[in-house]
Parts: sequence; C-alpha cells; structure tokens
Amino acid sequence: MSVARPSLGRLALNGAATLSLGFILMPLFFVVWLAFFRQEIPSFPPEGYSLKWFQAAANNKPFVDGFILSLQVGVLATLIGLVLGVPASLALMRHRIALGPAINTLLLLPLVMPGIVLGTSLYVFQIETEIATGLPVLGSLGGLVAAHSLVVIPWVVKLVTASLAGFDRTIEEAAQNLGAGPWTTFRRVTLPSIRPGLVAGSLFGFVTSFGNLEMSLFLVGPGRTTLPIAILQYLEWKIDPTVAAASVIQIVLIGAAMIVTDRYVKLSRVV
Amino acid sequence: MARLSIEHLRKVYGEFTAVDDCSIDIAEGEFLVLLGPSGCGKTTTLRMVAGFIQPTAGKITIGERDVTNLPPWKRNCGLVFQSYALFPHMTVAENVAFGLEMRKIAPADRAPRVTEALRLVRLTGLDERYPRQLSGGQQQRVALARALAMEPDVLLLDEPLSNLDAKLRQEVRVEIRDLQRKLGLTTIMVTHDQEEALTMADRLVVMEKGKVRQIGTQRELYEKPADRFVAGFIGRSAFLEGEAASGRFRSGGGLDITCKAATSGPATLALRPERLAIGAEAESCANRFPARVEHVSYLGALLDIDVRLTEQDRILLQVPNRQGAAEPKPGDMITIGWAEDAGLVYPREP
Repeated sequence: MSVARPSLGRLALNGAATLSLGFILMPLFFVVWLAFFRQEIPSFPPEGYSLKWFQAAANNKPFVDGFILSLQVGVLATLIGLVLGVPASLALMRHRIALGPAINTLLLLPLVMPGIVLGTSLYVFQIETEIATGLPVLGSLGGLVAAHSLVVIPWVVKLVTASLAGFDRTIEEAAQNLGAGPWTTFRRVTLPSIRPGLVAGSLFGFVTSFGNLEMSLFLVGPGRTTLPIAILQYLEWKIDPTVAAASVIQIVLIGAAMIVTDRYVKLSRVV
Repeated sequence: MARLSIEHLRKVYGEFTAVDDCSIDIAEGEFLVLLGPSGCGKTTTLRMVAGFIQPTAGKITIGERDVTNLPPWKRNCGLVFQSYALFPHMTVAENVAFGLEMRKIAPADRAPRVTEALRLVRLTGLDERYPRQLSGGQQQRVALARALAMEPDVLLLDEPLSNLDAKLRQEVRVEIRDLQRKLGLTTIMVTHDQEEALTMADRLVVMEKGKVRQIGTQRELYEKPADRFVAGFIGRSAFLEGEAASGRFRSGGGLDITCKAATSGPATLALRPERLAIGAEAESCANRFPARVEHVSYLGALLDIDVRLTEQDRILLQVPNRQGAAEPKPGDMITIGWAEDAGLVYPREP
C-alpha cells in the first residue's frame, strides 16, 4: 500500500503561494492591528488595546468631509464611466471601426499611466480651460468628477468588452424576431447578459476612484479634499492610530461591497 | 397563417451575388424546404424573409402585406434558430411568453397561451427551468414553442435539427411535421440534409450558387430533375459525358445509347443506379452493354456495384440483394442494361 504523497513540486508551489499571500496580506494585518493600539505613538509591543481611535476618526471633520466627497466623486464618476464606457465597448466589439484596437488601447491607458503624470496633465489642462472659458474648473466638484471618470472608464471598458466577447448575438436576433425593437432588445436581452461585466466594472472603477490619491492631489481645491488626501494631510502632523482606524473602516466598507456584489455576480468569473 | 410570396429577390455583397433572382410562392399551410449545399443562398433567403438582411432588390409579401422594408420586429415571422437562441437569463415560461409580452398581451392572458404552447411541444411542467438545465432536444422544443406562442404568420426553421443526435433528429422531425400539419402553419425550413428535406417537405426548392435550380415535389425532383445539378444533388446519379443527337447519345468511350434526348451537341447522360438491370433482366432493355465489375458494396438489402463499360465510362448500379442470386465479384464480366427513358440527357454545362 502506498500513501499518496504530495510531490515536491506541489509542495514548492504551495509554499510560494503561501508566501505571496502573506506578503499581500501583511500591510492589511498591521493596519488593522494598529487601529486597536491604546498608545498614541505606534510602538511594539502594544501597551494595550482600545477602540478610541475609531471614535477619533469618526469625529475628525476633515475625514468625514473627505469621506463624503470621495463617495460623491466615486459614485458620479462611476455613473459617467458607465454612460461613456458601455456604448464604447459595444461599438468596439460589434462594429468594424477604423483604428478600433488603437481606440481600445487609448481607453485603457489611464489604468497604466502614472497618477502623477495624469494629475499634472489634467492640472495644466484644467487651468488652460479656466483661462479660455472663464469658468471655475480647477478645484471644482465637476473638475474632480471629470478626472475620476477617466480612471473609471478603463475598468468599465475592460470588463464589459470581456463579457461581450462571449455573447451570442443570435439571442438579440431572437428578441427582434419575437417583436422587440432595438431599445427593448438592449434592455431585456443584451444588458442582462453583460451584467457581470457591468457590475464588476462599476465596482472596480468606484474603488479605484475612491482610493485615488496622486491624481486628485493636483485637482482638489481649498475646503474640498477627498478622504485619501485628508489622511495624507493628517499624517503630516500626527502618526497616531486614527489613520489606521479610518483605513479599517474603508477596508471593511469596500470588502462588504465586494462580498455583496459577489453574491449576485461571481467576481472570480469576470475578472 | 398566411401565404408567402417572394418575387425576384436578390442580395449582392460587393462582387458576390448571394441570392440571384429568387421567386417562390408558398401556399397557406404549406411546408416548403430550401435545400442546397452550403453557401447556396438558402439561409440568406430565409434571413431576408425574417428581416435580418435587407434585399438588394425584389419583394417579399406575407398575406397581403408587403414586408420588404419592415424591420424584423414588425414582421410576425416565428424563427427557430439553428442554435435555438434561448434567452439564458429567463425561465422556459419567460422565454415562451416574451413574444406575447412584446405584443402587449396582459400577463393573465399570456399564461394559458404559454401553457398551451409548451403542451404542444410536450414540455408541460418545465416552465420554471432555465435553458441551461435542459437537454438539447428540450431546448429545441422551447425554441419552437416560443415561435409558436406568438401565432406567427409564417414559421421559419433554420436547420433546426442539425444540433441534435441522429435518433433525436428522427423524433423531432416527425413531431415538427405533425405540429405543422395540425396547426396549418405556413413553413419554410432551410436544410442541407436531403433525407430531412425529403421526409418533411410538401415541396422543395433546390438552390445552388444563389439561384433556384428547381421547385417541385420529391417525386418531380427525383423523376424529372431540371438539370444536371439537381440530378446529382437529389438522390444519386451516374453521369456519362458525350454527344447527343436525335434520340441517340454517343458516350466519350464510344457507346451508342438510345435515349429520349431533346438536345443535341455536347451533353451529359444521367442514370439512376436503381433503374439499371443486370444479367438476365437486362436482356429486354433497349440499351445493353457488357461491363466489368470494379467494386461491390454490400448494403444488406441492396448491393452497390461499380462497373466500367469503357475506359472513360463508369456507372454505379444498385440491385436488390435477392436470395440465391449470384453476387458479382470484382473482375467479373456482366451485362447491364436500361430502358430508353431511364437515361436523362442534359446539355453539358460550361
């Protein structure tokens, strides 16, 4: 009788996977741990545990305002990203467009472009627009939302085109054959079929917008800071665990959003 | 149900003519099959009737209505797709009710019609299943029920059986045919499967390279093929090349054959394998020739025999496998014969 023993390669693979996973989860673990430390200056080992930093974060006006602004910007940018990204994906996947692949790459570009570069160019662009039109652009909610839409679009396009790739168009013809006009066909047949891509694209787009720091640094105005910037500004003066507590709240919210989404759309299947 | 008329229909893609001057009249309640090799334009024709392809020229009339320029959703043609095209996110009942919903029929009035449509295709009780939970045959029936529920003016079937296994295909074939008769549905079916076409159709349209080659019943197509293509496509034929002149046909190998030739000049003689006689039975035939057996295929009830008459003339014959009859073997010399009217002569096609 021989006992099935995992091969050496299998062991090495599991080992490497465990190491990688540990490496990824390490910061998360320390942030969460730190949020419960009692002392003001983070040092090891902790002197004791407390929940007071969560209260401090909730009472910190810049954090609360930043959270609300980030939420507003994230939601608006995601909506705009969807309105622009979905038709773009449909057009790219369904019609022979001159320079189609080039346009596709262009739409995905904000994802790979360094935030600093994106921020600087948008900063210059928005100033020039202000000079040219006389409208307040830089530092306005509109300016911020426009910029954030730019980082949402790649996610929407990427995930919606992926779900369109496996889509059987004859079911659209079937709908039309049964009496559905183009809009009804889109709403009743096409949309439900690309919903996984739509949901995942919105979620990742929103999270990217919500956590964006580098680009936003250039574009926020006085009295209008997003949460990541509020945290950065706080860190310039203090390093107490309030920041860790604020981060934990953020992590929990985003984690919850992903779990809820995953109930309706299996994220592992679309990403 | 309504009659359907297709007049001088044409579809041109750039240099390529997919359908060329196609005219077909389909009577109310008739089952018409478009048959032809792939790329012959049969599917294009069907899709023009459904409204998915805009014809370059011609006219399509359903009942009294000219639908040539109507979009698909205003035509009231029930189409069953080759891939079934069921809505994956809807239940069977929702799929079948979709057409009724689009016709603004109240939910309360939809339910009995959905039930009735599912009963017709023998799927009662599967209302709440999703397409992915059904077998291929069941999906096919849902597609049929969905098309029937909206009471279409014409039923269009695009190779509806090609994704089913052989046994199921037989079953569904009979079912569709029975249903079509019972409901008196004006139906067009596209297929490349001859047996399917011959068993289901009232009339057949043989198409090739975008052109209608012949329209007729099974018997007409088999007994009087309009041209060499149809003679070779419907059933089997052996062809001899040669010259025709006043009731004679001289083959390339020098055989002098008596026939009812209407043409003269370069021609092709088509012979049905089962209309040929061998041995003693050949004695009374107008045409009798010695032949060398080249190959014999044993098919149970029948024997397929390849024989060579001359260097250039080869023929396939099919004879019943009678008890006690000596089975020819390759290399044997036998006599074969056929009647004067067994051979059909066609002018040679360029």
